[in-house]
Amino acid sequence: MLNLAPEQVGAAAVKAAAASQPEATLLIEVEGVRKTFPGVVALDNASFRLRPGTVHALMGENGAGKSTLMKILAGVQPPDKGVFRLRGRDIALKSPLDALEQGIAMIHQELNLMSYMSVAENIWIRREPLNRLGMVDHGRMNQMTRDLLQQLSIDLDPESNIIDLSISERQMVEIAKAVSYDSDVLIMDEPTSALTEHEVSHLFRIIRELRAAGKGIIYITHKMNELSEIADEVTVFRDGRYIGCMQTERLERDEIIRMMVGREVTDMFPKEPAKIGDVALKVQGLTLDGVFSDVSFEVRQGEILGVAGLIGSGRSNVAETLFGVTPASSGSITIFGKEVRVDSPQVAMAQGMAFLTEDRKDTGCFLNLSILENMQIAVLNDDHMTAGFVRQKAINELCENMSATLRVKAPGLYERVENLSGGNQQKVLIGRWLLTNPRILILDEPTRGIDVGAKAEIHRLVSRLAGQGLAVIMISSELPEVLGMSDRVMVMHEGRVTGILDRSEADQVSIMQLAAR
Amino acid sequence: MAIANTGTIDKLDKGPLSKFRIPAEARIFMVLLGVALIFEILGWFLVGQSFLANKDRLLVMILQVSVIGIIAVGVTQIIIMGGNDLSSGSVVALTAMVSASLAQTSEFGRAVFPSLTDLPMVVPLLSGLVVGLACGLLNGFVIAKTAIPPFIATLGMMVTARGLAKWYTEGEPISMLSDSYAEIGSGITPVLIFLGVAALFHVILGYTRYGKYTYAIGANRAAARVSGINVARHMVLVYAVGGLLSGLAGVVTSSRAVSGQAGMGMMYELDAIAAAVIGGTSLNGGLGKITGTVIGVLILGVVTSGFTFLRIDAYYQEIVKGVIIVVAVVADQYRQRHRRS
Repeated sequence: MLNLAPEQVGAAAVKAAAASQPEATLLIEVEGVRKTFPGVVALDNASFRLRPGTVHALMGENGAGKSTLMKILAGVQPPDKGVFRLRGRDIALKSPLDALEQGIAMIHQELNLMSYMSVAENIWIRREPLNRLGMVDHGRMNQMTRDLLQQLSIDLDPESNIIDLSISERQMVEIAKAVSYDSDVLIMDEPTSALTEHEVSHLFRIIRELRAAGKGIIYITHKMNELSEIADEVTVFRDGRYIGCMQTERLERDEIIRMMVGREVTDMFPKEPAKIGDVALKVQGLTLDGVFSDVSFEVRQGEILGVAGLIGSGRSNVAETLFGVTPASSGSITIFGKEVRVDSPQVAMAQGMAFLTEDRKDTGCFLNLSILENMQIAVLNDDHMTAGFVRQKAINELCENMSATLRVKAPGLYERVENLSGGNQQKVLIGRWLLTNPRILILDEPTRGIDVGAKAEIHRLVSRLAGQGLAVIMISSELPEVLGMSDRVMVMHEGRVTGILDRSEADQVSIMQLAAR
Repeated sequence: MAIANTGTIDKLDKGPLSKFRIPAEARIFMVLLGVALIFEILGWFLVGQSFLANKDRLLVMILQVSVIGIIAVGVTQIIIMGGNDLSSGSVVALTAMVSASLAQTSEFGRAVFPSLTDLPMVVPLLSGLVVGLACGLLNGFVIAKTAIPPFIATLGMMVTARGLAKWYTEGEPISMLSDSYAEIGSGITPVLIFLGVAALFHVILGYTRYGKYTYAIGANRAAARVSGINVARHMVLVYAVGGLLSGLAGVVTSSRAVSGQAGMGMMYELDAIAAAVIGGTSLNGGLGKITGTVIGVLILGVVTSGFTFLRIDAYYQEIVKGVIIVVAVVADQYRQRHRRS
């Protein structure tokens, strides 16, 4: 039922769209794009078309390839292969600047403005009007900015510094900057993610004006309800492939969701049955001000609680708070019946918690240290010390056994971790935590960016650990992984728990409906 | 959790415990030999004698850099942790002043503290160490508790400690120190202290939790925190130890000169950092060895005494030293880049 041939649905929609629109008027036409990163195919045979005077939404799960395609379009990254046409003309973008000069402007998710320079300076950087002495003519530059802002009905002082502006005002500056280049194509990557409702309506008003002026706007979003409000067409990507394109007038919400998630679940490793024991971790009303609020759930021994949600939904923040990295503002954490104030990772570890962080390179590995140094760091406690000296021989043996058990592929324990593959790095980090003999294991994206073989091994391992009575919390952006592994699935959306589904009632559609409401 | 024993033991495809690599220190040692050899050859040509075959010269050479060496050991561990310390030279001056003021003899009419003369040697020694420790602690607290970069925090300490050293006697040097205090810096004692400190910290950094945590924080501070290391506390500790060693260097300096002067230790911090960097310690943290620093210190020593030996102006000495420092860092970055690919 899940795989109700979304490809066919999509194909029909594309034909309809293509038939109604002769190709010559297309603003952007992209065909057969492929882009690989080490170990990952981000885009495979992707295509996309944009008509002038439309807002074209781009949807897909995390990692579907939307952002990669947009980065290629904006000249940030070159494609491995593929055809790009701008107004019917083949283009090969060399740099973001090149894209800008060709008329494609991207408004980045992380805003790229210079904080301590004025609005005008930011907009006209590199193109400042000069006076006869070759110096920047600030008066003229400010006037040009005022004209530009007025044209877009944006109310901002050209001389105010970026640092003093709100997020939405900064976005307006980015938009004005894009328009100042006379761009025909504007790419917006989740522009409303940080805006209030009022600011969103302002943004939409500006978008509509740009549309009326004949610009093409590519609008990446996760929010379903924005589609009908602002978009004319929507294209869906999944796993780096083009799935379908349809007019939003004829849009059905469930259909979009099915197009986004409909992938085979057969290659996933299912969780082995495990004896579900006592409640290991009980969380009530956990809140971190401004990030997430009122999160309540419990995990039992032998159970795997999957946590789903889009990026920014607060999943990882909850994990960090549970582990004491960012202590909670309010709420309670009860571990095996005892309420604990977890205000540092040390406290969490003393309670038998272990936390595999989301970003292997940023918060996991000590890249320039050896496998041994990476593995042993969490167990350098009094059990492994004699008179202040590390009992290195004993620890070496522990680490050697752990590497063997986890099948870390490396020439030896003294190999630097930066020379290992992603999968092996991940195994080393898992080994670090298993050495602490945890009772509660928190895994944040345990299989992100690692190859299929290592993925299956990690799934098997996690399943076996649960079988031995560990309580496991597993955050993952990959729905099949969450569905295959979890006994229950907790779904988060914008800092709140929107539902906890039992294994029997959880499927991709039900999860996405809770995650992308 | 008994996972370690339950898995199918698919023996780690082992090979030798470590792929054979030339250790970084060996390369630096080659540089030391190379530099020494250049002076040896130039020596035969320019002044007609051997540079190396002279025990006294070699001893003086090491003696000259022993104080720098003690500081360099302290700053090496700070840099490995991802920090930096610009204050060590000024701390040398401050501790030199304080400990000298407590080491004066009563024969001297104008002692700083007339009632505190003829004290046993241990009093000035310990007070010097305490002053150094206090400066280091303060550095550590400021850096760990605020978000300001170590460069700025220790720059502040550098200026402040130098000011305190001058204020202490309103710029007057302190002289007439006891014979027992003068013992600390006499003969080859400074060399022994330097080598002792180096050996001690070689062991501490390699084999204790203190050392492991220092490398881990330098390699990845966020990961260290999530691994359960109390990062803030360890940072305070490492800076405090750095300050303690600067204090020790201050005591040795004033003892050897048998006086305390507010101008002592000028620019020592830069020589110490240079020695660490030449010795292969990465300013990005997480990488470095005391053995490398010792060789780095010796390279500085060879350059200094080599130019003296050749009777060439001291100006050239500084020019060459500057070039060596930059070349060492460029080589370090080159190495880092090529390791990654």
